[in-house]
Amino acid sequence: MAPVMTDTSSEQVTSGPVWRKRTTKQELALWLGWLVLAAFFIFCWQIMTKTTIWAFVYDAPRQALDIGSRMVPPRWEYLPNLLEPLWDTIAIATLGTLLALFMAVPVAFLAARNTTPSTRFIRPVALLIIVSSRSINSLIWALLLVAIIGPGVMAGIVAIAFRSIGFVAKLLYEAIEEIDATQVEAVSATGASKAQIMDYAVVPQILPAFAGITVFRWDINIRESTVLGLVGAGGLGLRLQESLNVLAWPQVTIIFILILITVLVSEWVSAKVRHAII
Amino acid sequence: MTTATAPAFPTTWSRPPFIKRAWLRWTLYLGALLYMVLAVGSVEVNWMRVWEGLDRGLRFIQGFLLPDFTSRWEDILIGMEESLTMAVTSTVAGVAISVPIGIGAARNIAPLPVYAVCRAIIALSRSFQEIIIAILFVAMFGFGPFAGFLTLSFATIGFLAKLLAEDIEDIDESQAEAVRATGAGWWQIVTYAIQPQVMPRLIGLSLYRLDINFRESAVIGIVGAGGVGATLNTAMDRYEYDSAAAILILIILIVMAAEYSSGYVRKWLQ
Amino acid sequence: MLRLEGLSKVYGTGDRALTDVSFTVEPGQVVGLIGPSGAGKSTLIRCINRLVEPSAGKISLGDLDITQLSRGGLRQARRRIGMIFQEYALVERLTVMENVLSGRLGYVGFWRSFFRKFPPESVENAYRLLDRVGLSAHVNKRADALSGGQRQRVGIARALEQDPDLLLIDEPTASLDPKTSRQIMRLIIEICDERGLPAIINIHDVALAQQFVQRIIGLQGGKVVFDGSPDELDADVLTRIYGEEDWSATIRKVDEDAEGTEDSAEEIAAALDRERLAGLT
Repeated sequence: MAPVMTDTSSEQVTSGPVWRKRTTKQELALWLGWLVLAAFFIFCWQIMTKTTIWAFVYDAPRQALDIGSRMVPPRWEYLPNLLEPLWDTIAIATLGTLLALFMAVPVAFLAARNTTPSTRFIRPVALLIIVSSRSINSLIWALLLVAIIGPGVMAGIVAIAFRSIGFVAKLLYEAIEEIDATQVEAVSATGASKAQIMDYAVVPQILPAFAGITVFRWDINIRESTVLGLVGAGGLGLRLQESLNVLAWPQVTIIFILILITVLVSEWVSAKVRHAII
Repeated sequence: MTTATAPAFPTTWSRPPFIKRAWLRWTLYLGALLYMVLAVGSVEVNWMRVWEGLDRGLRFIQGFLLPDFTSRWEDILIGMEESLTMAVTSTVAGVAISVPIGIGAARNIAPLPVYAVCRAIIALSRSFQEIIIAILFVAMFGFGPFAGFLTLSFATIGFLAKLLAEDIEDIDESQAEAVRATGAGWWQIVTYAIQPQVMPRLIGLSLYRLDINFRESAVIGIVGAGGVGATLNTAMDRYEYDSAAAILILIILIVMAAEYSSGYVRKWLQ
Repeated sequence: MLRLEGLSKVYGTGDRALTDVSFTVEPGQVVGLIGPSGAGKSTLIRCINRLVEPSAGKISLGDLDITQLSRGGLRQARRRIGMIFQEYALVERLTVMENVLSGRLGYVGFWRSFFRKFPPESVENAYRLLDRVGLSAHVNKRADALSGGQRQRVGIARALEQDPDLLLIDEPTASLDPKTSRQIMRLIIEICDERGLPAIINIHDVALAQQFVQRIIGLQGGKVVFDGSPDELDADVLTRIYGEEDWSATIRKVDEDAEGTEDSAEEIAAALDRERLAGLT
């Protein structure tokens, strides 16, 4: 008891005068911080705009008006051509999400501190898989996969799956690490086997999080799969790429509208489902 | 045991179903199954092409094991330089614009017309992928990192302003009330009651967005908006998988470093 | 019969939780384990079913040496030892029935338990136990929809579903209000009497321990410092277990409880409570 008392009292004694000093110091540091940030911003700005052709930039408003005027009116009769790519886009997102789940669940269990077989060897590998998957955008994955397995929906599905593994596994392993250990203890105390402990104590605790993460990722994947076609991985992006290549702006408009509606609907569905789960 | 006098108890039990209405349950199950069958059926796979591709996949994995940093080092350096500077400038600009828009999009402090306009900007920014915005900006501003900078700034607004607005809407109303009671004007309420409450999270979110912007900067190069994505695209087009692998490894390393350091910064801020 | 011989536990951090603990629990005997926080009560009962691995010593249940068991053998032994926890430790997102049936997990294969297809006699027994603890109306409710006292009743039913030879009970009343605490303690004692079941109860409430158990073991700093009947607990013994303090209030309270005046009133309250619960469909 005694040492604790002296500790706090000494802190109080010193913190009185230091506190005032700190505010001025802090203020100074704050201004210095802003200054450094501004200098850094200008420095980066200069490097970034090294190659910028400013004539194009000044010309941009005129260009924007030009493109804008070409985009209207949308070419509505193009819409039927988009239904199949739309189906593909949704299939890419859904099947990609499912494929990701199959791979993400084991990775999550290997990455969670309380379920991993080895903290020293297996956990870092699982974490590396997670960070690699998360660092690389689905479009880059698609770029790679189109080169490897050829253009088409399959490349899109696998690209979405690869990108989603890290996302799902990260959120899931965090959920696993947060489970209540006493529930696990209680089930193991009945003489249950490892598999039964999983089924009765671990899975029920993480199931809501798992469902929420899945739906959330599916929603993001719908968004991402709308553009995968730009690199040849199927879906609406394919038509977008074709239309852009021939500068068919009225078709681009209709594709944008369709993407917008798809994204809004998927967001609504995902919000509804998450609400129903929780 | 007391079985003799006890009433007979059921000998079977089954878990109550998650969805109680049987017709709805079965409709959902069958619908999901039907969709799965149709979706899988609609995926056309050219297995010959996949088989041929396996060889390239193997070469790509080899590239990952033996990445080639040297032969395209100049291009990689320029690409990385562009990506990093784009990420920094767009985050700073994006945050600077997000703050007023975020305040405008908070229902509890903004008047209705301002609220509607700000929410519309956020919705617009959030609905489209960065890559689509990049296509438009490249068409308007020409190729290069400037278009990328604009794209990422625009995307940052949708992300940050929305979260900032939600934070402001969630603040402790009693503190704002207390400041309001002293007869403070709108501006004073913002600086005295709201800013201290949302500042730490704003910094955390900005760091997170910096991380995202860097990752995205690697993508928008594919459509000509500068950054390492262009270098990567070229490497892939030329089948230089070892150079492509080198770029990907660099991206992963930078993202990892950013994640670790932003974790430290956030801890330090608290 | 449970026998502990020279049981010691040193944690990886170097903390000595238990030092040379030896005692024997006779069939049908309910032992209360008291002691200050950190005295090793919780570690002790977790050593008995090896949720915590003992560092030294021997634990035998009947003629089975628990400390020597392999993993499979340990699972078989755990089936015979029911455990009741402080925070109930129910799996909150499972139904009451699943929680009770989980007591049979050691007896059924994985797929059977996965599809919740337990043998008819297990299901029947689970219904009977839920009726015994007054929860017939809550079979299909999720565990987190129940009150604290109800959850602990489910915890008791789960332990009994194992048809155990020994009950380990860790602070069964620590999260409950005084009235519910007494109801739960009474239920546990009644059930142990009905079945002739030996039990070790960790308990921090000395008065409650004195009121309900036949034998008290006092633990201090991981060592047994008292082992005797509740009547022998006096200020001197309590000082030995918990340290210097004015114990007169605690002891007097015990005397009042022993009079049993309040007891009958509580019996009625408990009965009322049970009826009220039954009415809650």
